[in-house]
Amino acid sequence: MASSLREIRERRRSVQATKKITRAMELIASSRIVKAQAAANAAVPYTRELTRALSAVATYSDAEHPLTTSVDNPTRAAVLVITSDRGLAGAYSASAIKTAEQLITRLRERGVEVELYLAGRKGIGYFTFRKRAIAQAWDGFSESPSYANAREIADALLAKFLQPTEEGGVDELHIVGTRFKSMLVQQPSVLRLLPIEIVQGVHALEPGEIVPHYTFEPDPQTVLDQLLPLYVANRVHFMLLQSAASEVASRQRAMKAATDNAQQLIEGLTRDENQARQAQITQEISEIVGGADALNQSA
Amino acid sequence: MADPLQVEVVAADRLVWEGEATNVIVRTTEGDIGILPRHEALLAGLVPSACEIVTTDGSRQVVAIDGGFLAVNENRVSIMTQFASLSEEVTPEQAQRELDRFERLKEAGEMTEDDLHRYHLATAQMKLIAKENGIRAH
Repeated sequence: MASSLREIRERRRSVQATKKITRAMELIASSRIVKAQAAANAAVPYTRELTRALSAVATYSDAEHPLTTSVDNPTRAAVLVITSDRGLAGAYSASAIKTAEQLITRLRERGVEVELYLAGRKGIGYFTFRKRAIAQAWDGFSESPSYANAREIADALLAKFLQPTEEGGVDELHIVGTRFKSMLVQQPSVLRLLPIEIVQGVHALEPGEIVPHYTFEPDPQTVLDQLLPLYVANRVHFMLLQSAASEVASRQRAMKAATDNAQQLIEGLTRDENQARQAQITQEISEIVGGADALNQSA
Repeated sequence: MADPLQVEVVAADRLVWEGEATNVIVRTTEGDIGILPRHEALLAGLVPSACEIVTTDGSRQVVAIDGGFLAVNENRVSIMTQFASLSEEVTPEQAQRELDRFERLKEAGEMTEDDLHRYHLATAQMKLIAKENGIRAH
């Protein structure tokens, strides 16, 4: 009985230590959410202006670009999977990977070969363990991605896309990331980035309204040439920021659940511990009483 | 006077400056261009430079940009660039240091795409400082 009491006490202490850790992680995560959300929001004006400029070129000129023209029979596609660098974020990385696997299966069924690009150590670990070929991988910035990180990824992917298919280039580019809907809801999602589908027309023209005459300097083609790579980098940046916010929110939730669980365990264990201690005392008393009785009888 | 221009300078990761202005001077791939209220719709590529914004109260705001785009439509001017810095965020020493660092990298031939943009920003910052000094001398 005495050993069991000690065992229970040890277990309770260990759970208490775990709780302290998960509680600290929860607090850290909640303070980072604000920062991650602010970063995601700060990138919005650039995204908005870039999209507006792009649709202006698309609407008011007839410039064509390899990044916007789709291939009839795509044979190779690149898939960028964004996961976290660290674990303990609940199902965050697992659900992004699951979505990516579904996308890969779908692409394969269409007869499209898939090349894997990964951002985040968890994804790298997953695919390396399964001995899948990885085209290129980046890590170390999943919680606070900068624009430079996004550019690096976008440049690599663009170079791959602009290569002719026969020389190992790709026809399509998909990004799998996690969208931050709210603190409670984060949704893994797939974005087909290339070829770009430009949303035509900022607003529908009223009958009788004059079509604004846009001047392009130096000319529409050059403007489009310069605009599209920026747009791609921006989309990658956007997805990285969304995923970062999702990761932190996911971690906060997971750690809160872990803390609550630990609290429950501690309560149960404390009860067991008290019971064991009481049982021990009762036993000792009955032993003493029994011993005294025996002495009285023998006297 | 015509309605003032609504100006926005946006970098990839933040809104750098926004406000009303009567004149915006930027350097496009074709040369310097001044945007006054009611300018026609325009979309132009920019080169690394310091762009000047004359605000409605007559003061000047100078912003260093690493290239990017200028979009004008219905009195709205937006300058999109990957990296930008406002004149009050830059000190001459710091700008010179950055420029020197990137020039060394350039000579060593170790410049990445990203460094190139930062180099452009650094050169733009130098132009900005020159411009600021010019304004102060007047």
